[in-house]
Amino acid sequence: MNIAVLVKLAPDTEAALKIDADRLKIATVDINYVLNPYDEYAVEEGLRWKEKFGGTTTVFSLGREEAVKALRNALAMGADEAVHIVSPGGLDMLGKAKALAAALQGRGFDVIFAGKQSVDDDCGAVGPMTAYYLSIPHISTVVKLDCDGSRITAWREFEGGAEKFECPLPVLITAQKGLNEPRYASLKGIMFSKKKEIAVVEAAPAQAKIEILKLNYPPVRQAGKIVGQGVEAVPKLLQLLREEAKVL
Amino acid sequence: METTYQALDYYLIDELLTDEERMVRDLVREWVECEVLPVIGRFADEGTFPMQMIPEMARLGLFGPTLPEEYGGANVSEIAYGLMMQELERGDSGLRSFASVQSGLVMYPIFRYGSAEQRRKYLPKLAAGELIGCFGLTEPNSGSDPGSMQTKAVRDGDGYILNGAKMWITNGTIADVAVVWAKLDDVVRGFLVEKGTPGFSAPETKMKWSLRASVTSELVFEDVHLPSDALLPKAKGLSAPLSCLSQARYGIAWGVVGAAMACFDEARRYANKRVQFDKPIASFQIVQEKLAIMATEITKSQLLNFRLAQLKQTGKATHQMISLAKRNGCYQALKIARMARDILGAAGITYEFQSGRHLVNLESVYTYEGTHDIHTLVIGSSLTGIEAFR
Ligand SMILES: Cc1cc2nc3c(=O)[nH]c(=O)nc-3n(C[C@H](O)[C@H](O)[C@H](O)COP(=O)(O)OP(=O)(O)OC[C@H]3O[C@@H](n4cnc5c(N)ncnc54)[C@H](O)[C@@H]3O)c2cc1C
Repeated sequence: MNIAVLVKLAPDTEAALKIDADRLKIATVDINYVLNPYDEYAVEEGLRWKEKFGGTTTVFSLGREEAVKALRNALAMGADEAVHIVSPGGLDMLGKAKALAAALQGRGFDVIFAGKQSVDDDCGAVGPMTAYYLSIPHISTVVKLDCDGSRITAWREFEGGAEKFECPLPVLITAQKGLNEPRYASLKGIMFSKKKEIAVVEAAPAQAKIEILKLNYPPVRQAGKIVGQGVEAVPKLLQLLREEAKVL
Repeated sequence: METTYQALDYYLIDELLTDEERMVRDLVREWVECEVLPVIGRFADEGTFPMQMIPEMARLGLFGPTLPEEYGGANVSEIAYGLMMQELERGDSGLRSFASVQSGLVMYPIFRYGSAEQRRKYLPKLAAGELIGCFGLTEPNSGSDPGSMQTKAVRDGDGYILNGAKMWITNGTIADVAVVWAKLDDVVRGFLVEKGTPGFSAPETKMKWSLRASVTSELVFEDVHLPSDALLPKAKGLSAPLSCLSQARYGIAWGVVGAAMACFDEARRYANKRVQFDKPIASFQIVQEKLAIMATEITKSQLLNFRLAQLKQTGKATHQMISLAKRNGCYQALKIARMARDILGAAGITYEFQSGRHLVNLESVYTYEGTHDIHTLVIGSSLTGIEAFR
């Protein structure tokens, strides 16, 4: 099985994000970047498929120099090969999907895994759009996956229900929490990731079609109000909900 | 107030590390954070070792990581090995002890003193956690003076007959293979004794108040017949077990800093939060002085370990240098754990906080692998040329 996994670096979810002075991007100082958590499920799935079916798992990351860190993390978990798609930045979702598809094209992958979204941009668009440019089917936010070697069965969940899909390979799958339990890296993997040469391809320059005008902080949340305690407070609470909050 | 662990790095030692050393550190740190800290208090309370962690520790590669890959190692640097021990002991000294024994006291002697067959037979399985090892040097009547050991082997045809007893042996009861030091023709030699060999038993020492999440045992040998290939061919004399202790002590020097960092972090956060006399207790000068002392000693030990690792990597670390780091590290870590426990007030005596657990653990670490005072005499003898042991 020829397996690809798309990964990127994202701010640690515990980092307190600040807007940069230009108000167009997040300030990168003092942020700890880690492998995007949803990509960890994708890498894990890529490794499990390799263990089950044999073959190789190749990880791809698009971006500046930092992208190499995401690739090394995936190699330390057990990936075999890594490709850095160098981009000067400034690509929008469409541009990223095109660049990824161009790098994946012609390599004969049976399956491509990606995280369902990155925890910084939160778009969830790059995986499906990449499948579009590769002209292969995609199934997004997958929580369970089976494969008999040529066809897959995938399950996705939404509020109040679940969907089951069947489709032939090749396919692109984006991983949702619950798909698996990502493994820890290992000392051997870390030493391998250090020695492993990372292939480099250049992304073709592209004009972004979406422009970010300005970043704003979300409005500061107002402090709550305690109107009393116990049963006695209920009438007052109902009155305020009706008259002040106007939600009843 | 931040809720996550803030590892003290006052002198930005992080900048001195390579990428892979940082990755090793972060990996073990995260594993300890997610898999060890939530449950270790319960194991300490029950007085059992968390056996289910052994396969995962093996998968991470924590056993014999400095050995070449053909023996299951990962060829990591001495600094990476030290950082791994630091992070393990931030979890619990018992866990670090397990790794120290498996790597420094079992895999190392088999690698250094064993035959090619012994290496092939044992090392990959020890690295994979499929076999557990222990190291028997100390005896009921022979502690700081291991040369006085009474355990004896005599030749019997091609093989040997072993008689004697070992005491205070980490992992003894759960070990599949014991590295046992005994006198043969009055020379200290190493033997590999497998579990289940007739005449060999390893009862556990219970009722401990220190290193509770670790197995400590006696090893008893009553006319134990050993085949000829049980002998480690290249280990001759007391210097062989002592060379193993140098390996393990190096890991201890790093490990105890991890325990101290855990205590410091816990005490600092608690002091910022706990209000008495209408102020966080961190605003009182005496509490600040305690935190300053803790941070100073941790930073000094971190720098000491970093330099010791460089010396070890280049083959320049003497056993006396390792004694200095083991002695200082344990002494300061114990002091720091006690200060942290004090800052926590009554809360510090429960398993809900870590400092009390580290404190009682460190009492063992202060004593084993050469007591504090014995290391004082080792350093003293190297400074004066006069041995003061006897
Ligand atoms: C939890 C635990 C795990 C252990 N694991 C192992 C293991 O896996 N394998 C193993 O072989 N051993 C192990 N040990 C044993 C440990 O190494 C010994 O306890 C240690 O070497 C001290 O020996 P002792 O207890 O007999 O004390 P003693 O040697 O009797 O010392 C008692 C006191 O006398 C002092 N003293 C002794 N001689 C001198 C001197 N010449 N000058 C000044 N002071 C002196 C000591 O410093 C100490 O304060 C373990 C011990 C513990 C507590």
